[in-house]
Amino acid sequence: MTTLRALAGTALLGAMLLAGCAMPTVPTLQPWVKPYERERLADPIMKLSRDALPDKHFEHVRDVREGARGATGFQGGGCGCN
Amino acid sequence: MAATRAALSLWRRLLALIGGLLGLLAAGSARAVDLPEDKAEALIHSYTGGGVKANGPAFLVRKSILDKVSLSGTYYMDAVSNASIDVVTTASPYREIRHEFGLNADYVYRDAQITIGAMTSHEPDYVANTGSIDVTQEVFGGMTTVAFGYTHASDKVSKKNSPEFSDTARHWQYRLGLTQILTQRWLMSVNFEALSDDGYLGSPYRFARVFGATVPERNPRTRTGRAVKLRLVGDLGNRDAMHVEYRYFSDTWDIKAHTAEIGYSRYFGDSWLADTYFRYYTQNHAIFYSDNATTETVYVSRNRQLSTFNDMALGLRLSYNLRKVPGRYDLKLNGTYEYTRYKFKDFTDIRTGSLYGYNASVIQMYLSATY
Repeated sequence: MTTLRALAGTALLGAMLLAGCAMPTVPTLQPWVKPYERERLADPIMKLSRDALPDKHFEHVRDVREGARGATGFQGGGCGCN
Repeated sequence: MAATRAALSLWRRLLALIGGLLGLLAAGSARAVDLPEDKAEALIHSYTGGGVKANGPAFLVRKSILDKVSLSGTYYMDAVSNASIDVVTTASPYREIRHEFGLNADYVYRDAQITIGAMTSHEPDYVANTGSIDVTQEVFGGMTTVAFGYTHASDKVSKKNSPEFSDTARHWQYRLGLTQILTQRWLMSVNFEALSDDGYLGSPYRFARVFGATVPERNPRTRTGRAVKLRLVGDLGNRDAMHVEYRYFSDTWDIKAHTAEIGYSRYFGDSWLADTYFRYYTQNHAIFYSDNATTETVYVSRNRQLSTFNDMALGLRLSYNLRKVPGRYDLKLNGTYEYTRYKFKDFTDIRTGSLYGYNASVIQMYLSATY
């Protein structure tokens, strides 16, 4: 019962803190970069992948020649890699 | 008694942590993510190196429906002319064509995006069918994006002019990712992927060498690998940006690999964008790899993809804005050139007896349009 109360209490607290209803004595963890401050981050120059096909091509070129695969941030797939 | 109390305390802390995470999710659900923008790409790609030439076209079209679902279709073709060192020393050069078709559907609900994909790849002796699902969720007021995904592929392997040979392979991939906005100019991402393969994992055409004699290669029928990648991207403040990334890979075949990349991008005027990068890759050989085995083992391979080697690549991409009508469409012409040097440490050219190495070039020319 106590554990359930701790769970519910923490969930509520987490939501309150992030929604901006901070209590004066508790330090708050709020998103520190506001949506209107993300203009530079939204520029295409910052993207992991700007165009799908050329990245897919490089992924294939490397997958068939190198022993390592994965964690590229793109979807993988089976292919005739022999 | 004290141990029970400590266990209960740990359990409570764990539940409290889960509660906190639920709170984070709840607090971040007021925003909504956008569907990927409508887009078309037309690419001509070319790879030349080590006696192999592979080129062909590829097309992609993406269109959203009712602002909830975005559908995309891709076609990709590889025309391969293979006279690689494996082929010229043990078989005859050949040509073949690979066709690949893919379909994806992206669905957006509040701060989450769900992507379901299917792909089929056909070449004369290899058919691969793949299905995947990926989910991304923005949390913490959009500053953090968590992602997870799953891919399953099922392959049918055959051998030209050998109707008696037929085998299968299956592949599973599990992905986890996290992208974090650090400041107004910097963001980082961490990706983890576990990969598992089962079935025929070699080539029916490739030979190994044992005591100087050629024998068909023998690979294990299972392989499990994991990869983790860290990436940092930053806006440098003068219409330019840089990125650094590192990936570590290891698997049950005892391959350990490191990949590092550093890149720089910059706008020139209103019409040009240039990207340049340097990539370094190194790996050690699989436990059953041998250039020329001197003991009889269950598994043996002379696949140079499993040998000890490194490669270094230098790449440049230029993008030019052909035409832009704000709010309507945007058309770009792009060109990429990459030069790579492959250097093998325990794979010899049996024609000369010296260690093998080669240079490769990748060229891409493509049009990309958003509308």
